[in-house]
Amino acid sequence: MSDKEGLFSKKNLKLLKDPLDDNNPISIQVLGICSALAITVKLEPAIVMSISVLFVLTASNVLVSLLRNMIPNRIRIIVQLVIVAALVILVDQVLKAYSYEVSKQLSVFVGLIITNCIIMGRLEAFALGNSPWKAFLDGIGNSAGYGIILIIVAFFRELLGSGKLYGRQIIPQSFYDFGYQNNGLMLLAPMALIVVGVLIWVQRSRNRKLIEK
Amino acid sequence: MDRNSNAYTFIFAVTLVVVVAALLAYTSTSLKPMQDNNVRNEKMQNILTTLNIQSEKSAIESTFNQYIKQQLSVKIDGSVDTETNAFTIDLKKELKKPLNEQRFPLYIAEKDGKTFYIVPLFGAGLWDSIWGYIALGEDKNTIIGAVFDHKAETPGLGAEINQKWFGDMFIGKKILKDANLGFTTEGNFVSVAVVKGGTPDDNLHGVDGISGGTITGDALARMVHERMSNYLPYFQNN
Amino acid sequence: MELANLFVKSIFIENMIFAYFLGMCSYLAVSKTVKTGVGLGAAVIFVLTITLPINYLLDNYILKQGALAWLGAGYAEIDLSFLSFILFIAVIASMVQLVEMIIERFSPALYSELGIFLPLIAVNCAILGGSLFMQQKDFVSITEATVYGFGSGIGWLLAIVAIAAIREKIAYSNVPAPLKGLGITFIITGLMAIGFMSFMGIKL
Repeated sequence: MSDKEGLFSKKNLKLLKDPLDDNNPISIQVLGICSALAITVKLEPAIVMSISVLFVLTASNVLVSLLRNMIPNRIRIIVQLVIVAALVILVDQVLKAYSYEVSKQLSVFVGLIITNCIIMGRLEAFALGNSPWKAFLDGIGNSAGYGIILIIVAFFRELLGSGKLYGRQIIPQSFYDFGYQNNGLMLLAPMALIVVGVLIWVQRSRNRKLIEK
Repeated sequence: MDRNSNAYTFIFAVTLVVVVAALLAYTSTSLKPMQDNNVRNEKMQNILTTLNIQSEKSAIESTFNQYIKQQLSVKIDGSVDTETNAFTIDLKKELKKPLNEQRFPLYIAEKDGKTFYIVPLFGAGLWDSIWGYIALGEDKNTIIGAVFDHKAETPGLGAEINQKWFGDMFIGKKILKDANLGFTTEGNFVSVAVVKGGTPDDNLHGVDGISGGTITGDALARMVHERMSNYLPYFQNN
Repeated sequence: MELANLFVKSIFIENMIFAYFLGMCSYLAVSKTVKTGVGLGAAVIFVLTITLPINYLLDNYILKQGALAWLGAGYAEIDLSFLSFILFIAVIASMVQLVEMIIERFSPALYSELGIFLPLIAVNCAILGGSLFMQQKDFVSITEATVYGFGSGIGWLLAIVAIAAIREKIAYSNVPAPLKGLGITFIITGLMAIGFMSFMGIKL
């Protein structure tokens, strides 16, 4: 149990750090790609999406970990789905009330957090067998790893695709006067996949132990 | 109690469902007014934008009431249905009804002593629905403002219709070929086309299309034509 | 004609994988060989075609504002749409369970082919995505919903079989080491998606 070790012992910190690079949910574990890519045209929805996933993953991780000795084994999957779905509905309702513009952009993709494989994957693989504090760190770590990829992809797509960042014009007008053009291709859905592919390439060239045989 | 017995499983499931349902019902009911308000505010702001009026979120209701003098539900024969509240009409649902049961909302605004007519639009784009508002000047012929939006047009191409520059191209265009011939003369109502490859600035019935967004542009022009044509008998009579 | 249009649209133009990236996780994980790809694809078609009409009925007779009007005028104002996520996922999870049991009972041969994929499907975004898009698109009849579900399923099968075939070949190619496996699959999927964009705007 974690009581015997410090709250931020080396082992616990590893839970937080590993998903950022060596065990990144998107680029290594191949989880949660579904909802990730369709909303990376601009930075703002990507950030809101990351925060929503952070909330849902961490909260469901902790809840399931708290209930782990009570959940009947046979209906385990359904119980987890219900908990996740309830949290997602909360997020959706709050977004609609307080951040209407963004919730319109995310549309059905908020609902799809439910089937985001990262969440079910972490619940099954981690939360069911670990203490709430560890589950909490694991939740934060994994959603941060997910968020980082989302934000990097959105950064390049918004910058190259529309010359803006977070809705503000970054590329100055004088560039356009000299004939610079926004790359409209970056705004199209397929480019999200290609950008992620290139990211994986960069990451694995840097960190060669991750290369697949 | 045995964690794998049927009774335990059942009790656990029931408790979970009750707790979750109560929690969700509570948040939903408490946030509902704010959500409805957001939708309402957005609609008001869209209508005001066609008149080039921007308002703070908190003051939107009063600004709207200050400028919008009348909200009418117009029938296809040009008469006004006084029993339907124009603001609550959902065009999407309305357009599925038989034509003579449809009611078309018309907002009449006054700004700087002039009267303006604002027509809501709704139609199908390339992928999903598109919608918007067009404001006509006192002659009910010259467009003085337009905003469009869409649900899922192609980003960077068709999706550009919701940008200000696109709506602004409609300003000054006319919907009638000859203003003297009136609204219901056959062939006189020509609306505004979205022209692929661009059109001269002095074309009163066309705006430049977005390169790569031709289908969305065509759909948008069709929507403007179809929705505006519903109001012609009313415009003729009043 | 409308239905045929919707069918073609859901397979090619609004392809779950290439236009919306739904069901990517299992798409990437199970696309190493064509055989397993076909198995999972068939299961997706199956589940999508069953769950969409059910969720359509749920949405129209229970969840939507005014949907409960058949219970009496007093219920006409109730809006339960905030419950839709949870009900949809419950329907999907139980349908998957049911389908699994039925197949196991009546066709052990098919079960041994499909069996391992079925549990994966409950968390396949394409299935829940299908239901959510169905809700968003406001279909007018249950037939439309069913056709959309079936078409989306076929589109998904098409995508996974295509990528599996390419991956079988590419295993022998000289791909830069860091790109091997996942990286190159992403890039190929992106290129295929660009290819699929050429279907855009086709109307029957």
